[in-house]
Amino acid sequence: MRIGALSLRLEVRALIWTVGVTLVAIAIGLWSLTVGSAGLGAADVFDALSGRADASTTRIVVEWRLPRIVFALLGGAALAIGGCVFQSVTRNPLGSPDIIGFSTGAYTGALLVSLLAAGSAGNTGSALNTSLGALAGGLLTGAVVYLFAYRRGVTGMRIIVVGIGVSLFLGAFNTWVLTVMRREQALSAASWGAGSLNEIAWTHTIPLLVGLVIALPILLSLQEGMRMLEMGDDTGRALGVGAEPVRGILLLVGIALVALVTASAGPIAFVALAAPQLAMRAARTPGVRLLPSAAFGALLLVIGDLIARTVIAPAQLPVGVVTLCLGGAYLVWLLATHGRNGRP
Amino acid sequence: MTSAADEPPGTVADRLQTQALTTGYGDRTVVHELELVIPDGSFTVIIGPNGCGKSTLLRSLVRLIKPLSGSVTLDGGDIATVRTKELARQIGLLPQSSIAPEGITVVDLVTRGRHPHQGMLRRWSRHDEDAVRAALDRTQLVDLSGRVVDELSGGQRQRVWIAMALAQETPLLLLDEPTTYLDIAHQIDVLDLCTSLQREGRTLVAVLHDINQAARYATHLVAMKDGRVVASGPPADIVTAELLHDVFGVKARVIPDPETGGPMIVPHAPALA
Repeated sequence: MRIGALSLRLEVRALIWTVGVTLVAIAIGLWSLTVGSAGLGAADVFDALSGRADASTTRIVVEWRLPRIVFALLGGAALAIGGCVFQSVTRNPLGSPDIIGFSTGAYTGALLVSLLAAGSAGNTGSALNTSLGALAGGLLTGAVVYLFAYRRGVTGMRIIVVGIGVSLFLGAFNTWVLTVMRREQALSAASWGAGSLNEIAWTHTIPLLVGLVIALPILLSLQEGMRMLEMGDDTGRALGVGAEPVRGILLLVGIALVALVTASAGPIAFVALAAPQLAMRAARTPGVRLLPSAAFGALLLVIGDLIARTVIAPAQLPVGVVTLCLGGAYLVWLLATHGRNGRP
Repeated sequence: MTSAADEPPGTVADRLQTQALTTGYGDRTVVHELELVIPDGSFTVIIGPNGCGKSTLLRSLVRLIKPLSGSVTLDGGDIATVRTKELARQIGLLPQSSIAPEGITVVDLVTRGRHPHQGMLRRWSRHDEDAVRAALDRTQLVDLSGRVVDELSGGQRQRVWIAMALAQETPLLLLDEPTTYLDIAHQIDVLDLCTSLQREGRTLVAVLHDINQAARYATHLVAMKDGRVVASGPPADIVTAELLHDVFGVKARVIPDPETGGPMIVPHAPALA
């Protein structure tokens, strides 16, 4: 058999999984447009989407539910892409933005913003300020972790260990901040911190879409270099990849994608961690891959959101709580299978 | 043996050279003002005690470490100015350790050696196909090509990495301790492969620990100590009891190798005498 044909078969398998999982995710998303307290059927949703429904149905479907579902699909993809980049760069299945302190840092940023807003004007801090605070907190934490881990270049294990240390420290700080806040503020901050899509509107979804449209071509153009570096810095460089610039751009774009999601929805655990690994195992690719990861991320978050909306209906769970539960089970499974056959 | 390696180094413009190369890590200088010429078409072997700068030198030859001063030149030009991919088409490297991505097959890994030859517009070609097939063939991996790399033995895995470097099709190939962790049979396989590559016209540079293997297989031997070259030349000319004492601090006899007639080292064993 021709060698090129063997490689092609692998790429085709990855493509089939990517397209298939994306279609399933979109189908679940469309169906979940009908789920909710308004009691709308598939026909109502179809009418609303094609502009033939009455004003209130249109508002519920197009203004309330659709941006949330689209956000779940795009946000899941963005988190998974961020996770894929981090796992590739750290060469470790645990190297995801939530493990290495990014989400905790974003939460710290959001908490500080609402604390400061309360101190100055007595209000609870606008959603925009919370987003900006989360963005700044997350990016700053990422930078701090990178700097502490930097010693003549960065290695994966050092990023993870430093990240865990920094996130433990920030976690303690967050707990302390919550105890000194006024009660209603602490409640609102804690609900943001759980990660929820309840408040998502088009104003959140559009920036995420724009971010993905910018980020994806950059990442895909560096994907080959990313794969070469997975074999070690020396090997990657000997194959003609500029290790430090490629890694720097990958991490920056990866963190920006996770930051965009976190700023709007709060920290959503597990998707970045699990999607790349699930995609890798399903499509049997050597190492984690960007596009299959994105498809699995979209599927995970859209399912997570559906569970969050239905399991204790009419009340809603924060999706972050759902993904955290799934994540716990996933980690146990990963650790159990890791030891057994020598491969994670 | 009649190859360029038998000529005195430096008489023709050999491709890879260092000029007053000083390099190291951070503030620690490991290689001092080193003048080295890698004779074209040679199998050059670098020997020396642990920490003498062998690997550091090898890594600077392929720009994994930047010089603190001086330079490494390829065809007369400083390699610092060569584009990364272009350099990877001229000089290949087998590092001391590499990580096989989880679940990758032998053929996929070897195919990655073609990366420097591919670009945005230039995709997989008949020539890439031939290069990978030839590399698999040279390293006796054809039958294993569909296997997952994690499941291979240490010796097989080392052959996979060598095959990847071969698929890169570089005229110059550097190998950092290619025989470490291999049993004697696999060590001989690797060194025989190096010799046959050299005889086909490639230039090879390897760091080896076993002086007897170095003396046997090298066409050009470089002995280093404390970041400096103590002696260089054909093994028969430079391997003496005096050199071994200078470089490694060991007393040894040098006798004719019964297999090749070249120099063979028999270290003194004071504790057993």
